[in-house]
Amino acid sequence: MNLITGLMADATNIATIFLMVAGLYVVIARGNMVKKLVGLSLFQSSVYLLYLLPGKILGGSAPILDPKLTVYANPLPHVLILTAIVVGIGTLALGLTLVVRIKEAYGTFEEDEIIARDGAKAGEQGDVA
Amino acid sequence: MSMGLGDSVWLALALIIPAVTLLAILLLGRRPNLREAATLSGAILLFITVAQLLVDVLAGARPELHLASVAPGLTLALRIDPLGMLFGVVAATLWVANSVYSIGYMRGNDEPRQTMFYACFAIAIFSTMGLAFAGNLFTLFVFYEILSLSTYPLVTHKQNPAAMKAGRVYLITLIGASMILLLPAIIWTGLVAGTLDFKAGGILDGKLGPVALSILLAMFVFGAAKAAVMPLHRWLPAAMVAPTPVSALLHAVAVVKAGVFTILKVVVSIFGIETLSKTGSADWLVYVAGFTIIAASVVALRADDLKRRLAYSTIGQLSYIVMAAALVSPLAVLGAALHIAAHAISKITLFFAAGSIYTAEHVTKVSQMNGIGRRMPWTMAAFAIGALSMIGLPPTAGFLGKWFMLGAASSAANWFAVGVIVVSTVLNAAYFLPILTAAYLKPANGPVKEAPLAMVVALSATALGTVMLFFFPEVPFRLASAILGG
Amino acid sequence: MIAVHGPVLVVILPLFGALVAALVRRPLLAWAVSLIAAIGSFVVAVALLVQVRAEGVVSYRIGGWAPEIGIEYRVDAVNGLILVLVTAIAVLTLVYARRSVLSEIIPERIAWFYAMLMLCLTGLLGMAVTGDAFNVFVFLEISSLSTYVLIALGRDRRALVAAYQYLIVGTIGATFYVIGVGLLYLATGTLNLGLIVERLPEIASPRALIAAEAFIVVGIALKLALFPLHAWLPNAYAYAPSSATVFLASTATKVAVYLLARYIFGVFGVHLGIGSVAIASVLIVLSLAAMFIASAAAVFQNDIKRLLAFSSVAQVGYITLGLALANQSGITGAFLHIVNHALMKGAAFMAVGAIIYRSGTCKLDELSGIGRTMPVTAAALTIAGLGLIGVPGTSGFISKYYLVLGAFEAGFWWVALLIVASSVIAVLYVGRMMEVIWFREPNQRCRGLGEAPAEMLAPMVVLAGMTIWFGLDAELPASLAGAAAHVLLGARP
Repeated sequence: MNLITGLMADATNIATIFLMVAGLYVVIARGNMVKKLVGLSLFQSSVYLLYLLPGKILGGSAPILDPKLTVYANPLPHVLILTAIVVGIGTLALGLTLVVRIKEAYGTFEEDEIIARDGAKAGEQGDVA
Repeated sequence: MSMGLGDSVWLALALIIPAVTLLAILLLGRRPNLREAATLSGAILLFITVAQLLVDVLAGARPELHLASVAPGLTLALRIDPLGMLFGVVAATLWVANSVYSIGYMRGNDEPRQTMFYACFAIAIFSTMGLAFAGNLFTLFVFYEILSLSTYPLVTHKQNPAAMKAGRVYLITLIGASMILLLPAIIWTGLVAGTLDFKAGGILDGKLGPVALSILLAMFVFGAAKAAVMPLHRWLPAAMVAPTPVSALLHAVAVVKAGVFTILKVVVSIFGIETLSKTGSADWLVYVAGFTIIAASVVALRADDLKRRLAYSTIGQLSYIVMAAALVSPLAVLGAALHIAAHAISKITLFFAAGSIYTAEHVTKVSQMNGIGRRMPWTMAAFAIGALSMIGLPPTAGFLGKWFMLGAASSAANWFAVGVIVVSTVLNAAYFLPILTAAYLKPANGPVKEAPLAMVVALSATALGTVMLFFFPEVPFRLASAILGG
Repeated sequence: MIAVHGPVLVVILPLFGALVAALVRRPLLAWAVSLIAAIGSFVVAVALLVQVRAEGVVSYRIGGWAPEIGIEYRVDAVNGLILVLVTAIAVLTLVYARRSVLSEIIPERIAWFYAMLMLCLTGLLGMAVTGDAFNVFVFLEISSLSTYVLIALGRDRRALVAAYQYLIVGTIGATFYVIGVGLLYLATGTLNLGLIVERLPEIASPRALIAAEAFIVVGIALKLALFPLHAWLPNAYAYAPSSATVFLASTATKVAVYLLARYIFGVFGVHLGIGSVAIASVLIVLSLAAMFIASAAAVFQNDIKRLLAFSSVAQVGYITLGLALANQSGITGAFLHIVNHALMKGAAFMAVGAIIYRSGTCKLDELSGIGRTMPVTAAALTIAGLGLIGVPGTSGFISKYYLVLGAFEAGFWWVALLIVASSVIAVLYVGRMMEVIWFREPNQRCRGLGEAPAEMLAPMVVLAGMTIWFGLDAELPASLAGAAAHVLLGARP
């Protein structure tokens, strides 16, 4: 391994971890429900990197059998992450839909305000159906 | 032991009859007369069944019945031994009296929710039969818990805040103790002995050291909180808020007897009295029970509420049985077994009388009972017989058990136990005799006014039984002597 | 066909059920389709379990690809039991759901409800049946996403917030899981659980394994609501439509527990941990905390659904405790409790749903004396409650008995004492319910009510009856759970 690949490997790991922690932090620290979802997406994206980057082999080609090529990149992580991305989109879409409905029902999507509104009307059934 | 088919059928009937009675009561809930007929006929049929079983057991049979294999090592099985038979006979007999009395009481006081009341009674007697005839510890535990649960609605029958509070104390103490102590004790026993079956002479000989045996015994004694050994006695006075037939059920027919029965059964058929006397692991229990006897008597002495006085009297009397069990000698076991029968019939008489006084006069305090002996001659005569039996004076049943227990204590040279019996007899006299003198010697302030007929019949019958048991103690005596043989 | 394609059929049937239910759009038709799909899936699951008991393991290669490349579905004594349990509960829930859903969800959304319920079933069955670590993630997300929708269909607007909060927590959990799987994949080069175990000894550094374990266990723990990661559960169960709560409470956490067992016994081993702290010790402490703290929280709830939800957190503690004991009796107890708790919580939530159906409320203080007017429903709730306490004669006793036995065998007699002591707290919260529904005079709201309709009562009575039956004759469930425990204990050489 030469210096560049070594640094590359570290840099990718650092990028992965940074996204992971930053995303998680946003989810925990923000009370705004949309921002939380943004953080969640960041967090999920870090996983895509976690899977994809080690699968990349410098100089490797796409895994199409050809007598001229000897080094292939591992195709499996790409397939897996394709699935994960679909799941991520589904989650984000559902999350945002819920936020829209919450905004309709409560008039806000700030968590602390929602808690306050439910607390003020404790016991009363808010009908949203 | 031979096990004829006939025996098993009778044994099964002892559980089936209360179950069918329960169904009939629920189905006939809207037609009180038929409903009460179901209760009565159930009681009488059960009595006949148990009598038939008694004849067989006295003839040497030991009926067995396998109910279900719950899981490997856990079976629901019945097997009648003399101790179980004694308890079964006492409970089945007194259930007849209690049914008659309940009908009078519930109608006389126009109590609400009678269907639930009779239904719970039927479940209680069902579980008492299962408990008395249990063939192993697991079966005993199952019926013990059903008994606790089925009597809870009876204790809370009045459904006022006081009753609900008492019900909570009742349920938490009994279920809590049985879950935290009795169940682990049973599992521990199973792990050590490899079986949970009752066996004459015990199953723990040589399996545990003296200290471990003491701990295990303590878990059984306090786990069976129905025996009301101090400090787990508070539920019993609390439960006095319930209607009187419930108190009678609690004190005489089923609940507290189930507690002392469990302790006696465990001492005889799980530990084995030889194992216990060899290791001295039950010695501490003599002191705990002795303390309970004296302390309960002192509290009873100061109680003005009649039912409360009777409740503390029960706590003391139960600990006689526990103390006798702790003396671990054949004579003591004989005395303990006899005292189960004697106390049951005497205490039910006392409660019947108390309830009868309440129904006719709405009197609940000792201090209000002046001259009541002349106004309610039958009731107070029965009360007097019950009281004499509690003190242990001949010619009443209470004398028998005490006599053998005193004999056992002195032959074991256990002077503490002898002292406790003597002192408590004096205390018993001190809290019962003033009631009698007030009732008979103070002037009456009203005409003769007895309770409803059903109640008077029931309490006269049990009072008569208390005396008869003294003169004809053959059946309980034969059963009690056969206990150690299994 | 079942004999050959059983493992995949069990998942595909509800998946197509979901599709068709979503397409037909008519409430009754969607319901019928779902019910048929669930019954089909149940039949296949039973056939699979019979086959597993005869042959040991049933392995199925999707598309004929070898496990190295393709996905393997693998049924043994452990997940065979789970499949039968989940499909059986699904069938009973669907029978129950028709009336309940009609009263709780607006007509245009009813077909969606059934589609989501079927998708959730698909996901749970898939998680149980697959032997591929990444495939588990996909099914986990299928079940989770449909669960969020199910919860959001609740009447109360707080259902939306509950669904959102569960979405956040559930996604974090699933992502944790997939991170852990990624680390395992990097270390071993395979996603097949069987192959991962084979290649573990070749891993040079155990660090990757420990990191993978931490991520996977935390991820799954969020899904199974292991204390203290349970915060999402009470609101989710309380505000979801009653039928959804029945299904989720009886199955969702159970499948997650199965997955946990699969990983800690099948992959990591109970002794692997961080430093000197083994995973088993951590689990024991958290389980005990759940048993006591969540039970205590249940005592103070006024909403019966919330009360039962907190009780669920506590009961999951018993299950994970049994796993952590890591001996035959303990794991048997855990799997017995998976089954038994599903039965009794199913019955309990069905009873609450029926009460809501008639009275419109599940607030304890508004339900005085409802036992008089709805005796069968209240009796089912009572039996379930006694099962939660662990009263002998109910199935709850049998599972606790095995757990106590397991604790004694492991030498933890104090754990045995704590197991029985915690039951006393259950006496408190069950006693509170019983006191109100049976021993108070019916109030204005409860006086004129009738018993719930027969098609809601029937599945409830079946579950309550099984709670009693398995309490009196536990040979069948005990042998199934014992076989599962045997497989798990023998999973790692």
